[in-house]
Amino acid sequence: MLNYRINGIPKEVLRELYRMMLKIRKVELKIDELYHEDEMKTPVHLCIGQEAVAAGVCAHLNTDDYVFSNHRGHGHYIAKGGDVKTMIAELYNRETGCSKGRGGSMHLIDTSVGLLGTSSIVGGCIPIATGAALGSVLKKDNRVSVAFFGDAAVEEGVLYESINFAMLKKLPVVYVCENNFYSVFSHLSKRQSKDDIYRRFEGLSIPGYRVDGNNVIEVYRVAKKAIDNARGGGGPSFIECRTYRLRDHIGTGSGVEVGYRTQEEVDEWAAKCPVRNFERFLVKQNIMTASEIDEFAAAIDREIEEAFKFAQASPLPDGDKVIEYLYQ
Amino acid sequence: MDWSKTLVKEELDFEEQKAGRKLSYVAAIREALELALTGDERVFVMGQGVDDVAGMFGITLDLDKKYGRHRVFDTPLSENALTGVATGAALAGMRPVYMHNRPDFLLLAMDQIVNQASKWSYMFGGGIHVPIVIWAAVGRGWGGGAQHTQTLQGLFMHVPGLRLVMPSRPYDAKGLLITSIADNNPVIIIEHRWLFRQTGYVPEGLYSIPFGRGVVRRTGKDITIVAISYMVIEALSAAQELQEQGIEIEVIDPRTLKPLDEEIILSSVKKTGRLIVADTGWKTGGVGAEIVALVAEKGFDYLKAPVRRVASPDVPTPASYALEAKFYPGKADIISHCKQILGIV
Repeated sequence: MLNYRINGIPKEVLRELYRMMLKIRKVELKIDELYHEDEMKTPVHLCIGQEAVAAGVCAHLNTDDYVFSNHRGHGHYIAKGGDVKTMIAELYNRETGCSKGRGGSMHLIDTSVGLLGTSSIVGGCIPIATGAALGSVLKKDNRVSVAFFGDAAVEEGVLYESINFAMLKKLPVVYVCENNFYSVFSHLSKRQSKDDIYRRFEGLSIPGYRVDGNNVIEVYRVAKKAIDNARGGGGPSFIECRTYRLRDHIGTGSGVEVGYRTQEEVDEWAAKCPVRNFERFLVKQNIMTASEIDEFAAAIDREIEEAFKFAQASPLPDGDKVIEYLYQ
Repeated sequence: MDWSKTLVKEELDFEEQKAGRKLSYVAAIREALELALTGDERVFVMGQGVDDVAGMFGITLDLDKKYGRHRVFDTPLSENALTGVATGAALAGMRPVYMHNRPDFLLLAMDQIVNQASKWSYMFGGGIHVPIVIWAAVGRGWGGGAQHTQTLQGLFMHVPGLRLVMPSRPYDAKGLLITSIADNNPVIIIEHRWLFRQTGYVPEGLYSIPFGRGVVRRTGKDITIVAISYMVIEALSAAQELQEQGIEIEVIDPRTLKPLDEEIILSSVKKTGRLIVADTGWKTGGVGAEIVALVAEKGFDYLKAPVRRVASPDVPTPASYALEAKFYPGKADIISHCKQILGIV
């Protein structure tokens, strides 16, 4: 059982954090369940096990704040309030998808909620999120920008370049590193000389935090500090959330069958499941009843069912329009 | 500012002999930036040294004092991140102009230019756009060498989603920069330092030059030379000399390579039956290759002789002036190609 320090956090917030994690989990499990049908012809990078990061961070963001994400972006899209129907339609390669079938799972967008893009080039969105924060400063519209990325993005020079600029200009951007310890099949220990990502940019004087990324309350608390600081003109922060993807890098396996990690390791992290642990905690603390949880689940299931029906019934893009949308 | 309304009404064609105000090439570019900064608060100018005492060849000199350092500011080198920063600011509603001394440094930003900015509109189904301008000036001579003189238009011409602009006259440098800032797509402008020596007719105020519309710099019936950027100067000089020998050269300046004015090239080749492309870049897989392929595809029947390319040999730029002289093609090479294509060697 994870230790949740909920003092001072309103019950409604706790319930919403849970609902959002459950929603992400259930969407991902539905994709997981139907992926073998081969109707979603797109490489899916499921975030099962990492839901607390997206939910805990986005809980502090306004609709018009900016979020940028990566190839493993379903959770960020949902947590920012992205339309699930158009996301699923995008996975089904449909014209009604959020990117009109031009993007696929790795390129989700919903400008109506400030999710301005996701890139599958590791680290690709980090400077773009930084630039959106610059735009906010120049326009004086008080928005905060968040970049979600994985531990491998720390190995890209563009992160250093971006933090240097963000610190120079005191930009309202929060860098959220989801350290799930693997880049495809390569463990962190094979790629970085030290396991200290949160301290990596101390030389640039950016505040750096390390949190248990499976503990939604810890993520929520640190994210509040970072986002409040950014909005108040205090500049950027860096958060390392230590978490784990319970599925393989891509697709629906666990990675154990591939041989780069053990069943024991996966089981150890499954026991730290961000959703189930928080659910048990909320029930034990009488913050939610079992029947309220069932109601949440039922409502989410209905939304997911509608989304998949919408996607499956939607038209595919017209092949003759392959060059459309290149220029505006 | 609603650029679309401001610009289309003021659209002007190039009139070489038009009497009127003359401006230096540098002053023409500077004027475009000033008009944009004055007219649209979304516009800002960034780049290494844009607010320093040299002011990017004088183009941005003191603009920081007039518009403030929040709108005209120096940047860390970090070309890749800063290109992403420009893209992100554009997504947030701004219109950045990111200036570089040398295109060579754009190679550090290829991830953000090619993987990100150029794809954002298409990859997200047209739901978002990236109005950024990336400007750089090619250097040449004085031993600049392999990494300060590269002409990389061939690389950028290859990438869908980008605009590619290469002016040759002060009039075009100003008008096309305004068009680029007004455009909703990522635009690469590659200037050439040696063009900065020119002075020419430049109208006051805002005017646009549409992308994809070239101009005939000189008319002639014998050979079409499509000349890019600084090669327009060399081609006109060659044409002048050949005129004295009774050979009439038509010189086409496409002004923008992406989009490319195919019609002006094809109709000229239809008339002359002979095509030479003179580019500042390398020969293999370059702009010349693309333009002659265009004519082979759509105007093969017009051709009376094999096409020819005037381009740099496929080696890095050498530093020694003895080698530079051989590396850079110019008037003499163009004349030689013209004579060969006419079979009068």
